[in-house]
Amino acid sequence: MTTVTAPSPLTAGEKGRAGDKFFSGLTFAAGGLILVVLLFVTVFLVVNAYPALIAGADELPSQTSFFEYVWPLVLGTLLAAGLALLMATPVAIGVALFISHVAPRKLAKPVGYVIDLLAAIPSVVYGAWGMLFLAPLLVPIYDWLHRYLGWIPLFNDPSATGRTILTAAIVLAVMILPIITALSREIFVQTPKLHEEAALALGATRWEMIKMSVLPFARPGVVSAIMLGLGRALGETMAVALVLSSGALTWGLLAEGNNTIPAEIAANFPEASGLRYNELIAAGLALFLITLVVNLAARWIVNRHKEFSGAN
Amino acid sequence: MAKRIDANDLNVYYGKFLAVEGVNINIEPRSVTAFIGPSGCGKTTFLRTLNRMHEVLPGAHVKGKVLLDGDDIYGPGVDPVTVRSQVGMVFQRPNPFPTMSIKENVLAGFKLNGKRLSKSDADAIVEKSLRGANLWNEVKDRLDKPGSGLSGGQQQRLCIARTIAVEPSVILMDEPCSALDPISTLAVEDLINELKNEYTVVIVTHNMQQAARVSDKTAFFNIAGTGKPGKLIEYAETSTIFNNPVEQATEDYVSGRFG
Repeated sequence: MTTVTAPSPLTAGEKGRAGDKFFSGLTFAAGGLILVVLLFVTVFLVVNAYPALIAGADELPSQTSFFEYVWPLVLGTLLAAGLALLMATPVAIGVALFISHVAPRKLAKPVGYVIDLLAAIPSVVYGAWGMLFLAPLLVPIYDWLHRYLGWIPLFNDPSATGRTILTAAIVLAVMILPIITALSREIFVQTPKLHEEAALALGATRWEMIKMSVLPFARPGVVSAIMLGLGRALGETMAVALVLSSGALTWGLLAEGNNTIPAEIAANFPEASGLRYNELIAAGLALFLITLVVNLAARWIVNRHKEFSGAN
Repeated sequence: MAKRIDANDLNVYYGKFLAVEGVNINIEPRSVTAFIGPSGCGKTTFLRTLNRMHEVLPGAHVKGKVLLDGDDIYGPGVDPVTVRSQVGMVFQRPNPFPTMSIKENVLAGFKLNGKRLSKSDADAIVEKSLRGANLWNEVKDRLDKPGSGLSGGQQQRLCIARTIAVEPSVILMDEPCSALDPISTLAVEDLINELKNEYTVVIVTHNMQQAARVSDKTAFFNIAGTGKPGKLIEYAETSTIFNNPVEQATEDYVSGRFG
């Protein structure tokens, strides 16, 4: 007599477990891929930047050490992106709040679509628009600013063409506006009704309700949205290269001059060879580090109030 | 101070849909009034018209009058914001502001309209409100911790503290215990009993035992069928509603024959 031990009903379901394993493998691969790509980019940047980093000042084409070469570019990049962020953030948050909490539904939808459309315009078009349309338009305004605020060094030497760092920053602001707006709006509409009603039931006006429940709830998400916008502003190449009449570093926002790392790389890369090539890659590495630091800072800001995030 | 509420021929609409029809009710100050009835009968909708919270939904409006000590809260030029600062509300699920500490939650309503508070005044209000909500002893050592870290029942009492901090005339409660365990429910019910010494309390509840335990008067709402408006069927002393109601529907409901 042979006894066949029937499998316990609890051990069944190999099939289901295989599916689970496949799925977790897939997500693991997707997550790992990002790290691998990032690693390769980093290795590429470091390896190719290294010769320029160790080269003496007399060996480099600019006849200065790499750090003397790159710091005006770093400042120019941060200046353009920072100004863009300063202009775009309040407008973007205002528009997002308007769409999510203030506008009647009939108006909110079309405004949302128009903002999304702004993101679909290629950056070279923004660059051409900034160079040919916006810059001449801004010349009289720059002259006015110089006349009345010229005692502040920022408003010295207004450019005759208007192709200045401020114009570039305005174009960048328009470009990052839809990113920050669209993401912020998505977060604002997810505010729990419960929290909105809690504020209203205490006798809050609409603005007070937004201040009490919507903005605190959305804060981490809005910081992320701003960082994505900043990432785009830091890395934007074409628009800046077209708009900005580049030159040496200057604090004059209305003057020609300054340059950003991406625009510098784009303008010089095709003809670069030898150490000049390494120098440009090293500038790219510097940009990579800036972005990294900015993102870490944003994470830190978001995590500072983790206990109060509402996630618990 | 506690005020009386009178609703006269009140119809509530969502857009064109008539949700509640022809409610006439007189709610005495310093009493607890319970609204009972099956789901969808309009008791919550009617409750929310008492502080104009139903207007949060676009298209919601009323016909008729709601008088707060004789003043029509739907009168011309009446600001819903002012109405809500007089008629506070506690919700079905505890909803303390997650980004605020316990103390900030209590003061949230007080700080509206740009009021400034000295630290000692603020501390006094926090203690008074939390004592009023029977929560002070449990949280006095962690006032700066987030309100969302409390248990469900404590959160609900925090919400009540937040509501009474602004010293309203009326407190509306929309099934305040439906998300709470029996011990927490008992704590909130005890609190309701104390609140009626100073406030007019109106409570919507699905739990008939709760209505019998906490309320002085009970209003029974019912609905004739899906798509029909909810109506106030009977309004009387709680003991009358539960022991010898006039209407057959009330008797069927409180004796558990439907609902």
